Amino acid sequence: MVVMTQRHMLHWRYRVLRGLGLGMEPSDKAVKEHPRLELSGITKAFPGVIANSDVGFKVAPGEIHALLGENGAGKSTLVKQIYGILKPDSGSILWDGREVDIPSPHAARALGIGMVFQHFSLFEAMTVLENVALGMDDPGKDRVALAKRIRQVSESYGLPLDPAREVHTLSVGERQRIEIVRCLLQSPRLLVMDEPTSVLTPQEVGKLFETLRKLKSEGCSILYISHKLNEIKELCDGATILRGGKVVAACNPREETARSMAQLMIGAEFRSVARREGGKDAGPVRMELKALSMAPEMAHGVPLKSINLSLRGGEILGIAGVAGNGQGDLLAAIAGERKAATAGAVVMDGKPVGRLGPAARRKLGLCTVPEERNGHGAVPDMSLTDNAMLSAHKRMGFMKGGFLDTAKSRSFAAEVIKRFDVRTPGTETAAGSLSGGNLQKFIVGREILQKPEILVVAQPTWGVDAAAAATIQQALVDLAATGSAILVISQDLDELLTLSDRIAVINAGQVSEAMPAATVSVEEIGLLMGGIHGTPEKGAA
Amino acid sequence: MALKIEARRQISTRMLYMTPFIAVAATVVAGFFLFMMLGADPFEALYVFFISPLETKYGLSELGVKAAPLIMIAIGLALGYRANIWNIGAEGQLTLGAVCGGAVALAFWEEQGLYILPLMALAGMAGGAAYAAIPAFLKTKFNVNEILTSLMLTYVATLFLAVLVFGPLKDPMGFNFPQSRMFSDSATLPIIWEETRLHIGFVVALLAAVAGWVLLTRSIIGFQIRTLGSAPAAARYAGFDRTRLTWFCLMLTGALAGLAGTFEVAGPIGQLVPNISPGYGFTAIIVAFLGRLHPLGIIASGLLMALSYMGGENAQINLSLPQAVTGVFQGMLLFFLLASDFLVRYRVRRVKPLAEGV
Ligand SMILES: Nc1ncnc2c1ncn2[C@@H]1O[C@H](COP(=O)(O)OP(=O)(O)OP(=O)(O)O)[C@@H](O)[C@H]1O
Ligand SMILES: [Mg+2]
Repeated sequence: MVVMTQRHMLHWRYRVLRGLGLGMEPSDKAVKEHPRLELSGITKAFPGVIANSDVGFKVAPGEIHALLGENGAGKSTLVKQIYGILKPDSGSILWDGREVDIPSPHAARALGIGMVFQHFSLFEAMTVLENVALGMDDPGKDRVALAKRIRQVSESYGLPLDPAREVHTLSVGERQRIEIVRCLLQSPRLLVMDEPTSVLTPQEVGKLFETLRKLKSEGCSILYISHKLNEIKELCDGATILRGGKVVAACNPREETARSMAQLMIGAEFRSVARREGGKDAGPVRMELKALSMAPEMAHGVPLKSINLSLRGGEILGIAGVAGNGQGDLLAAIAGERKAATAGAVVMDGKPVGRLGPAARRKLGLCTVPEERNGHGAVPDMSLTDNAMLSAHKRMGFMKGGFLDTAKSRSFAAEVIKRFDVRTPGTETAAGSLSGGNLQKFIVGREILQKPEILVVAQPTWGVDAAAAATIQQALVDLAATGSAILVISQDLDELLTLSDRIAVINAGQVSEAMPAATVSVEEIGLLMGGIHGTPEKGAA
Repeated sequence: MALKIEARRQISTRMLYMTPFIAVAATVVAGFFLFMMLGADPFEALYVFFISPLETKYGLSELGVKAAPLIMIAIGLALGYRANIWNIGAEGQLTLGAVCGGAVALAFWEEQGLYILPLMALAGMAGGAAYAAIPAFLKTKFNVNEILTSLMLTYVATLFLAVLVFGPLKDPMGFNFPQSRMFSDSATLPIIWEETRLHIGFVVALLAAVAGWVLLTRSIIGFQIRTLGSAPAAARYAGFDRTRLTWFCLMLTGALAGLAGTFEVAGPIGQLVPNISPGYGFTAIIVAFLGRLHPLGIIASGLLMALSYMGGENAQINLSLPQAVTGVFQGMLLFFLLASDFLVRYRVRRVKPLAEGV
């Protein structure tokens, strides 16, 4: 069916004049062809914000096109309209030169548009095959044939996957492959990827890029969203830059530097983090983990095994590690969301707190930022004022008797918004309607502004744009300078190397000795990180 | 052709608040056809059902009498439902409340005094709460589903009441009828509208709604309830104690249902009988949802459901339709509410299966 359409299209392609837009033409082949995708005048408003305003650009067949912009610039909103999740208020979408209406993801897939979301929708207890079948519009009845196709497609694109494996045994990178393979099985002609690499290790990123290049060589177009400008430079043929919902520039990433692109994005001079002068070791020990062991919370997680760690005032300690090696449980154990077997396993300022709950530990000066922002760090359908209340009500005194002092939490929320440049119509906006990066800024800001004695942050700049990442990192550095102890759990080695005084590695539920960041090498850390969840070369032989 | 259900691209909050009205309208339309099929003049029947109860003093006062327990119970239920705690055994808690309040009334049968009613109210609340404590205990200790336990305990409660009125609490001078003595004047609720049965319980119900509203929107515990219901992981992150909240919600609902039960026997009924409630505890579930789990919405939906009881009675008397009409209307209302809620969030689409084979 798809083939026929293509042939048919070729026939009258030549007759239609191409409008000139901001898109890049990567090859001269594109001149005589319609762009695969052409947007014009796309406008989409939400209450209080215009998320996209008159957005137009083109993506040629076989082009990898980047969509860049600060947090809240409207990137996700735009691609959701392409994939039929949101409906544009106005504007048109041209597919192979023909105007189309995309009322649903189903319709998008029928056109040949595939999308890989940042958050996977996979069932842990099911096999790869079952997950793929569940996500397809028409998987067909023959599961054996489907398994064969999965193997075929995944191998030919360098994404080895064993259809019989259960999802919970897979690393994050392998899980992402399922989503990609699911798209590939439907022979997409445009693949949309919203921040696909934020959860991947550098090796996995490399693999992903090979696949994308192969797809490109076959004529599949790719629309790629990322905040990692170096990746964009390496991978993309063209880029459209959004700011405040409008297209402000188009460029060829290969001819730009990461810095110049960041400047195009924020429209101002870009300020990088003031690195702190050498690790101070003066501070007293604020927090200690002593032989902390814990069974995994999720059925298939890894247990924490006798973790020893000490964190001093004034220092930033980084914990590197591939996702799924016990980071979630470690954070929960420190925060008090999960209680340790003995009180002495977690010690804060000399006090055994292992058996205390989160509220009690907060009172003692601990603030935490969990990895998942929607639904864990914030309640999506509550306002920012209420979300400020959520974690700060005790520490910041937003209560009068048993009642809420909403005025106080509102002004605190306003301060977070101002200090961390959270782009939102106001304090009464629902947290869930913020763009990913802006919600992250709000949550991290909310914890930092509580001036914690001890702060534990997972992925502080996850999905946050370069300028905002610098703001957050600077705030962490400044907080440490006031004597607070900070623990950063992250997959982002660059970030850890910029921020930390010492770095430890978590692998298979064990935490290595912390090493001074100034002397440790990336290779050393990389070696420690590669463990049970390292990517196997072949799915199964 | 196959049908497929799809989440809508965008859900408007306005529509979510509109659905109760859509549901009521759809119920009226369906009622029209229902009456027509039953051989009644549908216009007259709808008039008899929905309007005529509001035309008389008796009708208006009875509306309050029936709305009072519905509102009181629904307030408690709604708080629990907000926190994803699904107590559906309010009928049983109401029954136990009536038993306890009634027992106090009978114990002080020969006494007089202003202290008797408050004592009954306390006993009723304690009884209802104690009964709700069973599912709370099982839920928090053994993670037993409270939907099942609370529902099953309802049947136990009804039988327990029967045992009492057939046995120990039976009126010694009552010609062996299964009912208790009539309560003394001191154990009977004051009437707030002369020559009617409208009692002080209606005022208490309105106060409970306002208090519930303040609790839910202004207090820390209400905030915890809303958080727990909306994002359990975030509630844990904030350190809100799930076990404590489960106890709180179940006990509060139990107490309110128990109070409503006491008011029934101390008000319109005036004694303990085997059947004290025409299913108020279950109807209150509809009231809670129709009122969007919002205490003030519940006042409106409580009055509406009370009207359906009145309308059913009227239809029975004036049009000689079966009593089941009440239940049918309540059921239709819930059905249409759930259906329109669903259709606001999802849509049903016909899809053409693609050609077989690849
Ligand atoms: N459902 C919604 N309701 C209201 N406003 C929304 C909704 N979704 C997005 N917005 C707003 O639209 C704007 C654009 O959001 P979008 O998610 O597209 O940003 P983004 O460019 O993807 O940012 P990020 O890099 O942080 O993911 C933001 O101001 C956001 O608050
Ligand atoms: Mg986004």
